[in-house]
This record gives sequence, C-alpha cells and structure tokens, in this order.
Amino acid sequence: MRSLKFIALCAALASLAAGGAKAATLDDVKAKGHLQCGINTGLPGFAFTDNRGNWQGFDVAYCEALAAAIFGKARGNVKYTNLTGKTRFPALASGEVDVLSRNTTWTYSRDTDLKQTFVGVNYYDGQGFIVPKSLGVGSALELNGASVCIQTGTTTELNLAGYFRDNNMDYEPVPIETNAEAIKLYQAGRCDAYTTDASGLAATKAAFDSPGDHVVLPEIISKEPLGPLVRHGDDEWADIARWVLNALIIAEEKGITRRNVKRMARRSGDDAEANRMFGNEGSFHEMLRLPKTWARDAIAENGNYGEIFEKYIGRNTDLGLERGVNALWTQGGILYAPPFR
Amino acid sequence: MKTVQQQYEVGRHPDLPPPLVERGVVKWVRDNFFSDATSIVLTAVALYFLYKVVPPFVEWAFVDAVWNADHRNECRARGEGACWAVLRARIAQFTYGYYPAHLYWRVNTAFVLLFVALAPLLFEHVPGRRYLLWFSLAYPVLAFFLLWGGLGLEPVESAKFGGFLLTIVIGVTGIVGSLPLGILLALGRRSRLLIVHTISMVFIEFVRGVPLITLLFIASTLLNYFLPPGTYFDLLLRVLIMVTLFASAYLAEVIRGGLAGIPKGQFEAADSLGLGYWKSMRLIILPQALHISIPNIVNTFISLYKDTTLVVIVGLADPLGISRATLADSKWQGLSTEIYIAIAVFFFVSCFAMSRYSLYLEKKLHTGH
Repeated sequence: MRSLKFIALCAALASLAAGGAKAATLDDVKAKGHLQCGINTGLPGFAFTDNRGNWQGFDVAYCEALAAAIFGKARGNVKYTNLTGKTRFPALASGEVDVLSRNTTWTYSRDTDLKQTFVGVNYYDGQGFIVPKSLGVGSALELNGASVCIQTGTTTELNLAGYFRDNNMDYEPVPIETNAEAIKLYQAGRCDAYTTDASGLAATKAAFDSPGDHVVLPEIISKEPLGPLVRHGDDEWADIARWVLNALIIAEEKGITRRNVKRMARRSGDDAEANRMFGNEGSFHEMLRLPKTWARDAIAENGNYGEIFEKYIGRNTDLGLERGVNALWTQGGILYAPPFR
Repeated sequence: MKTVQQQYEVGRHPDLPPPLVERGVVKWVRDNFFSDATSIVLTAVALYFLYKVVPPFVEWAFVDAVWNADHRNECRARGEGACWAVLRARIAQFTYGYYPAHLYWRVNTAFVLLFVALAPLLFEHVPGRRYLLWFSLAYPVLAFFLLWGGLGLEPVESAKFGGFLLTIVIGVTGIVGSLPLGILLALGRRSRLLIVHTISMVFIEFVRGVPLITLLFIASTLLNYFLPPGTYFDLLLRVLIMVTLFASAYLAEVIRGGLAGIPKGQFEAADSLGLGYWKSMRLIILPQALHISIPNIVNTFISLYKDTTLVVIVGLADPLGISRATLADSKWQGLSTEIYIAIAVFFFVSCFAMSRYSLYLEKKLHTGH
C-alpha cells in the first residue's frame, strides 16, 4: 500500500511539473472515457443503489442521459462520486466531478458567489413539514416552540430559520446529516417535526410503518428549484448539460419515448423541431460538438423527462409524487424548455 | 451436629465438605449478587431490566425476524420482527462495496493472506516463522496488486472499494503505516538534533490539534485546489495518507510515554556497551518502551479502526456509506436499525479480537519485576 502512495505521489508531482493547461471539459471527458457525475450519497427516488450495487434514481438518470449524449450509451461511460451536502460544491469547483446532479437548489449566491452555472431545473420542489398526527397541529404556523429535525448544510436550514423569524415563532433545531438519520430521530420522537423538501417528505412518509399517523402540513415555505449544475468557466460544457436536459423535456412534449425514439429519430416527419434535434435537418449537433445522434441516445437511455419521473419518483413508486408544478406547461405545470432552433 | 456419632479418634476426623451455602454456584451467586442490601436491590433492578429488554429483543431479532423477502413491505406483512432480508440482499455490497463480482476471489485471497502475513508478526511459535516473515514483508505489495490490479490482473479503481473491505483496507494500512512512522516521530521528538526535534514536534502538535474530520475534509476538498486542474489524485489514497498521519501522531505520543518510562540507567548501559544510537534503540530501549506502551498502542489502533467510519463524510462507501445508499432504496427504506446492528457487531468482533490479543501479549511479555 505504501508503494501505491509512492506511485501516486510521483504521478502528482509529474503532472505538477507538466503544468495543467485547462482544456475544455468535453475534451477532458472524452479523453478519460467517462463522465464523472456527482450524486447524492443516498436519497430515496433520486439516488440509490439497487441490490446489485448499481446507482439509480431521478438524478442518476440525468447523468446517464448526459453520458449517452456524449458517448452513445451510458453503460461503462459514467462514474459516480457520492457527495454530501458539504462536499458537493468543492468537488465540483475543484474539477473532481464534471457535473453535479444532486438535488441542488438553484440560488442566487450559489450561482454567483460559488461560481457555478445551473443548467436548468429538473424538479421544482418546496420545503414542507411533517408532524405526527398526535401532535394535533394542522398548520406550520402552530409550530411555535417545536423541536425540528433539519439537515445541515442545506438551504432548508436557512429557510426554516427565516420562516420562524418572519412569523415570530421559536423553534429548537435538531441538526442531522442524512434523511435516514432524520427518519430515525423523528420516529423516536426526538423532534416534533421534520422539515425537508416536499419530495423528501413523501419518501420519508412512505418509509413509516404506519404512514397514516403522520401528516404533511399544507404550507410550502420555500421555492426549491432543483437542477444539475456545472462550474463557471466552460460555457460550451454548460450548454451541453443544459440542452441534454432540455432535450429530455422537449421529448416529452412531443411524445418521443424510450420506445419510439429510434423510429422517431429516423423518420423525417413534419415536425421541424424534432428533425433539428435529431440531426435530420441542419447540423445543430455541431454547435455542441456532439455526435449527430446525441439527442436520440440521451432519450433512449431512460426515456424522456416524464418517463424518468414516473419510473423513479412518480405515482406508481413508493414516493408516489404527483407531477404537480413539474408537469409540462401544456399540462398545467411550469416545465418549459426553450425551443430547439 | 451434636447427634453425629463420634467414630474417629480425636484429631483424626476427615475434613467435611463446606456446607452447601458456602460452596459452588450458590456461594458465588450469594457473594456476587446478594451480599448485602445494596447488591440485593441492584440485582433485582438489573434482573427486572434484563427481563424487560432481553425477551423482546430476542423475539424481535430472532423469533419474529424475516430472512427472506424482496421488499420492506413483505417483511412488515409477515411480522413485527427484524427484517434481516435487507442484509441478505445487500451482503455483497456490505462486504465488498462496488467491487466487480467476478473479482471477489482477489479480495478473499488478500483477506486470507492477511492472516498468513500477520501470524508470524503476532505469534512467536508459528512453524516456519523465519520464512513467513519475508512473506509478511512482501504482503503489502502483494495485497496492493491483488486489490487494485495490475501485473496482468484486471485493474480495479478505488472508487469501487466499499463496505467492510474499505474499513479493513483503511484500518490495516493505517495501523501498519502509523507504527513505524509513530516510532520515528517519538524518537525525533526526543532527539537533541534541533531540526529533527522541531519538525517532529510541530507535526505531532499540528496533527493532534486538528480533528480527523478536518483532515479528511482537507484531503477530500482542499488538496484539489492546490493540485493543477485535471490532476486526479485518488480520494481513497488521500484518505489513507491522512488517516496514517493522524494515527502516527497519536502513536508517537504513546511511544514517547513508553520511552520516558525507561530508567536512565538503561540508556547509560547501552552507551557503556559501545552501542551507537540506532543499535541501542533497536536492541535495548525500544523493546522495553514498546512493552510498556502495548495497551496504549492497541488502544490507539482500536480507535483508529473505529475512526475509519468517519470517511463516510467525504463520500467514501464504507459500511455506513453503503447503508445510506441502501436505505435510500425505497425497497429497504427505514430499516436502519437492522443495518446498524449488523455494522456494530462487525466492529465489536474486530475490536474485541484486537483487545484480546493485546491482553495475550501483555501476559506473554509480563516478566514479573
């Protein structure tokens, strides 16, 4: 093991001497042969392992789509780095990961001060509260003096403080690190209420032995637009990340699914936008320096946005989330991708 | 007693066995549990406590437990007991992390060989000890190639390491690496050479003054800022280095304590034999100093071994990291009790073995001054 250290030290020193001229992220990714994607250490529906040890989930599916857009398929071309709430931004800024897809809220200071580029929103979330029915509380405004379990290093922590201050209420924070830990503490009665994003609350409630004994309070106290992000300084890479996400949303709009994407991509029908996206008209893929089939491959990986949603967090999963505001703009939601032209 | 017929000559009566209440189990129980009012009360309280805790636990963990299920709900449907099925489904991940399944044999081989390499170091009476010691020396290199690949073996990147494999890799590397480093630092701190002394002291004081978590954060985040962009410096490697340095600083102080316990006469005796510094240390001083320090050294090792769980904070997939990923799977969500009990058992067994070995070593080396 010490020889390992020695080798790596030499390698590090050698590259120090060589001096790293910063290449474009896309070229880096192609050169190393895989996309390094930063994901959660474990969040129901969004990032988890199956029994065989493969990472899956709503956030992971985006990584796979991005890898497929670059390499043709995700299998073998995407690697994951598990990041906690505290390590995610340094890991992205230092280049340890190429893209961060880890239920991260798009905020002003993260965009500007932390020098990151959010490429879009893949889930509009909002912070809520869950309480035991026995507490007899029907509204978040009745939580004065309650102890609240709260995940550290997140925007939810700040929202909570702000909400209670604005409403002249006191609370006792019980800081915890992960969702699993929060479930235990909350079930043990260590805190009166647990607050996190509404999607997390749904997951939490689903895990309880008797979900009926708990209520999610009606108040949503914050806007939590979650989305993938890349670091400042490589706009071309940000464009790729952004348009892979947009392609998934556009695909849902047009009814292009995992099943029919191959056929849809081949057939040059009347839909000019789809033709542009699939490279049947013009050479739009060259603007991103991606292969002609990038959009087809990205959609073929896990399907369009709606399919990914239903597969991992939708009504038929244990989370059972409704589309709500995350429905397409044509279906009463606010999901809206810019036109592909 | 008075009715017993005197059948013996005076002074020839054989010893009678002690009365029933003064021997065997009865006496032991009386002496230990019911010797006076306080102990009677304490015993009663303890018995009541055990009665309240043990049967429900046994019922939960064994009687009502479910071993075969594909989903948490299946467990719940079948009973209120522990859902050990989660461990059954994930045992490979908890053992090997994300290590490729067809290469498990390499991990297993390395694990078995670890004991072959340790045996001659830990026990004196091992057949062929002299040859085995060479094997022990070569083991780190061998284990490295077995685990990480190379030399014709399929390479496996450290991101795939996880579970108890990761715990053992970090623990063993830390223990093996920190002992020599700790000895050198302890000697350095007692050295009269100004530079050596200062460097050792500054290093020890710095590392001891900083929590391990901070060092791990430095390893996982800050180091990358100093290195040129695009340099990939393996996270596990960074963590291994930090853990080793951290443990070596503590060990240095433990061993320094041992060195301080050696009477001055021993140093002078070594000098008067005409031994140089290294020889006198190796032959006279260190063997005695290390003897004195054994309990503390093992103590440091045990705490280092348990500290390996902190790596979960920098996102490595140690057993706790695996448990996070497992608990996020909606199939197994909420089964943290079962998983944490299993991890606790693993750590208890390893640490208990270490502490037993240290007792054995102390007894063996006890020369009864």
